[in-house]
Amino acid sequence: MPMNTLASKAANAMITLVALSFIFLFLILPILVILQQGFSEGVVAWWQNISDEETLLALRLTLTVAAIAVPLNLLFGIMIAWTIAKFQFRGRELLLTLIDLPLAIPPIISGLMYVLLFGIYGWFGAFFNNYDVQIIYAVPGIILVTIFVTLPYVARELIPLLSKQGTEEELAAISLGASGLQTFWRVTLPNVKWGILHGIILCNARAMGEFGAVAVVSGHIRGETNTLPLHIEILYNEYNFVAAFAISSLFVSLATITLLLKGMSSEHHSKKH
Amino acid sequence: MLFKLLFLSCFLCIPSICFSKTLDLLNVSYDPTREFYKEFNREFEKYWSSSNSAVKIRQSHSGSATQARAVISGLQADVVTLALAYDIDIIAKESQLLPSNWQQRLPNNSSPYTSTIIFLVRKGNPKNIHDWSDLIKSNVEVIMPNPKTSGAARWNYLAAWGYALQSKLAEKKSNAAAEKYAKEFVTALIKNIPVLDTGARGSTTTFVNRNIGDVLITWENEALLAFQQMSKSSSASSAHSQFEIVIPSLSILARPPVAVIDKIVDKRKSREMAEAYLKYLYTPVGQRLAAKHFFRPALPELVDKKELAIFPTLKLFTLEDFFGSWEKAHKIHFADGGTFDQIYRPHAP
Repeated sequence: MPMNTLASKAANAMITLVALSFIFLFLILPILVILQQGFSEGVVAWWQNISDEETLLALRLTLTVAAIAVPLNLLFGIMIAWTIAKFQFRGRELLLTLIDLPLAIPPIISGLMYVLLFGIYGWFGAFFNNYDVQIIYAVPGIILVTIFVTLPYVARELIPLLSKQGTEEELAAISLGASGLQTFWRVTLPNVKWGILHGIILCNARAMGEFGAVAVVSGHIRGETNTLPLHIEILYNEYNFVAAFAISSLFVSLATITLLLKGMSSEHHSKKH
Repeated sequence: MLFKLLFLSCFLCIPSICFSKTLDLLNVSYDPTREFYKEFNREFEKYWSSSNSAVKIRQSHSGSATQARAVISGLQADVVTLALAYDIDIIAKESQLLPSNWQQRLPNNSSPYTSTIIFLVRKGNPKNIHDWSDLIKSNVEVIMPNPKTSGAARWNYLAAWGYALQSKLAEKKSNAAAEKYAKEFVTALIKNIPVLDTGARGSTTTFVNRNIGDVLITWENEALLAFQQMSKSSSASSAHSQFEIVIPSLSILARPPVAVIDKIVDKRKSREMAEAYLKYLYTPVGQRLAAKHFFRPALPELVDKKELAIFPTLKLFTLEDFFGSWEKAHKIHFADGGTFDQIYRPHAP
């Protein structure tokens, strides 16, 4: 039936074309625009914009926040995933749902929750104020909300992996005389290491990119509590479009590297199975 | 191996966050003053450290009401420099961080610089807009932000209201008749607004970039700054030289106030410096920088005539002339159920 195959070929080509132009229009084109704008005044201007003092301070803050939030969430994520995947207990389903809460709550609400908790009239506000400890409108507040919004990523990544593997290998290890910790380090963890890496990458991307929740608790102090995403908005609002897009291009390359790493990790991951 | 390295590096790269404890001052301000305070802070740091220890001014910008809210909930501001007195009144009322008579402590009602409300129209002024009365014509689309959320929009609204009042009072009409007319006038004006943005910059974007509306009601300093910035960036000039400024016959004198936050400076032992900082705004240096950044100096005699030439002359009335005080104006016009709520109904389809 040559007519039929021809028609189906044409249909295939059509669908591919539509898909490709969709990807180009909604993915590639905006990224190209950012790069074009960022470099519109040449590489030297781009570099000057990147190495501006306030930008570097914002970058340092963003890296600091990620460097604290990601390891903590990694630790927490592994523990919670281990608990949920390997043990049966009452309230397990509830816990599983609760982990997703930060993904479901709009970021601005996450920020406001922390203002209500640590603001001067908040539950803990007076306590910290007595000791002159500034939580909200300072770096600790930014770190707290970042931890909150990035909490689910590692755990989410690990729970399905760990549950799929079941408990046979662990049971074997224990019956051969391994201690709980040994089993965890030697058996459980190596099995999911690429999943962990995957989770770290996602968690890190969100930690560095978070805007809404951080904007609420930041206090917008220049060179001090402005993270990189907030700084981009400031530059844009100050009609400094080139600088805003130069930094955005930095973010885009960061995201690209992240995705490449992620691709690598999933490749390894699939090879194992 | 690779994995273990990555895992380790994650934990090892936790840097210590340490903050230097040099003398500093936090100025919490609203959005359009960014460029001005950037330059003013440098000058003050030079001035202060020439006779005292070194100082670093920390600067924060956001919407005026948002900033007031942040100070109330714990942002450690030594001084606030906001868009309208009402926002500092709120801080005084809700947190008692400063006395309620704060506005009497510095010259010119604690406003070292002022501004007013003017119009931006499209090149050639196709709708022939010259004054407030042209804004209520049925074929004119007006762009301004929402008075519920924007400080600028409150000034816009009160400027229009004051213009209408004044026009009837000039005809020797009674107060009540003038008030009634003002409400009708502002109602007609608000009917002409296709979209109410939340802030002044949002409205500028709607008008300039999205090309919506025939006239933008905005701050004089914002309009002048936008003009300067747009003409500076060469790539954008062709697209953005399509506007002109229109000066109405009468407008409101907008007085952005400044204040020291007493309880915070006493706690941080920074009162002397904070007071010097605000007083420095009233010196020739501060006044000249204000003019350079398109704010009208409160003490024009300290500034060269040449530098004042950018400010168009027009008749200005003060908030107190027609509305008594911000608290009263807020209660009557902008509080829930106030005249704005009565007037504004989202356009029926």
